[in-house]
Amino acid sequence: MRLAVLGAGAVGSSVAELAADYGHTVTALADSSSAVVDPDGIDVASALESKQTDGVVGTATLDDALDGAYDVLVEATPTTLGDAQPGFGHVRTALERDRHVVLANKGPVAERYADLRELERESDGRVLFEATVGGAMPVLSTIADFDADHITTVRGVLNGTANFILTRMAAEGLDYEHVLAEAQDLGVAEADPTFDVDGTDAALKFVILANVLHGNGREYTLEDAEVEGIEEIPGSALDLATEDGRTVRLIGEVTAAGEVRVGPRLVPANGTLAVTGTNNIVQLETEHAGRLNVSGRGAGGPETATAVLADVGRLDEN
Amino acid sequence: MSDSTDEVRAYTVRLELVDEPGELLRALHPIADNGGNLLSIFHERGNLTPRGHIPVEVDLEATPERFEEIVDALRDAGINVIQAGTQHYSESLTIVVSGHIVDTDLSHTLSRIQESTDATVTDLSLSAPEGTDDVSSARLRLAAEAGATDATLAAVRDIAHEKDLRLIEPLTAGDAA
Repeated sequence: MRLAVLGAGAVGSSVAELAADYGHTVTALADSSSAVVDPDGIDVASALESKQTDGVVGTATLDDALDGAYDVLVEATPTTLGDAQPGFGHVRTALERDRHVVLANKGPVAERYADLRELERESDGRVLFEATVGGAMPVLSTIADFDADHITTVRGVLNGTANFILTRMAAEGLDYEHVLAEAQDLGVAEADPTFDVDGTDAALKFVILANVLHGNGREYTLEDAEVEGIEEIPGSALDLATEDGRTVRLIGEVTAAGEVRVGPRLVPANGTLAVTGTNNIVQLETEHAGRLNVSGRGAGGPETATAVLADVGRLDEN
Repeated sequence: MSDSTDEVRAYTVRLELVDEPGELLRALHPIADNGGNLLSIFHERGNLTPRGHIPVEVDLEATPERFEEIVDALRDAGINVIQAGTQHYSESLTIVVSGHIVDTDLSHTLSRIQESTDATVTDLSLSAPEGTDDVSSARLRLAAEAGATDATLAAVRDIAHEKDLRLIEPLTAGDAA
């Protein structure tokens, strides 16, 4: 497959780097201000090097990349809320050209799911978005295999930064501010960790899950989610939880009634949901097959790129 | 004591004991002496009620008539009986609240929880490493009637909101582990 990759951050550049390994050709790579386009395949290494040294991946523009030759548009620009632009516009252009789209950007699926599905219906192209939920973990494809109608609830941990902070607080008896600073030093938390610690990032993923599970009936956006973060949780709260054989995790849920909730919850300290460090987990309650746990690395460039390339592989099979 | 033909039922009695040697035994005598069949005693020595007493929850079986006699005998013996009833609490919920717990009157918070829900507070642990003037946390165990968990949590959420306390709920849906 020929891939046009929009976004040259951790995920976009990893997709471009790994594509050849999976038998695909990158015909375009763009960041917000520049692009490199070649229908026969671009030189990924030199484009990324150029980004490092000159701050641009090439001399072309993002529009050139969108209008170029490709079978699949990989949308890996930063997630935006509300109208999900400019990502949504990129997706529209590709679908109107009857090209497939693989999303790593959560905006279009979390904020404009109905619009997206409408565009897909009118296109010969398909939209897949495994990478938007739980990085490398096969969550959406598992739901597709089990059939969304036969899954009653989903819950789990889908933010590694918040999980790391809570794990460290409980293990070391340190307070929130201290552990957050440590996470930033380690690169686990970004300089601006707001969306990770206030629950927004996890909520977007559970909104996407709600759309997939209940998408035929209603459309969910971030506004439909009840969200509470982990900011300023006192160490004393974790101490009391630990004393009682429990711990605190930032847990998201799509309930049987179709509510989306994200917030700090008490869970058994040695239970399945109490994954440690930056790990993620999703528990699916199935109608006929009991509970299914999917856990692994929920973020990171190569991890998320793996999910993108798995989607590309699915499109290739059809 | 007249023998009753009434059916034997399960009761839960909540007592507050003074922290002195022999108190627990003294509290159990009136139960045994009046024909109650002790099922379980939940005695959390490490925890104190807002009044500084030790909470004890006793499950027992007795006929309704004998049960009344037991409660009377306990009160006659000077034992503080907080609650005596037939409600069978089958779901235990643990929550943690954080914030200015002491300043916002913990005792009042606990009373509000018991008043606005069908649940009872069966255990309390407080952690105030920075002193009670600062942010502290409390872990509460609530006994809720079967099926009333969601309603209980909803009420607790409202109380926490009202008092500007941060609530960490248990994950209850589907017996998650």
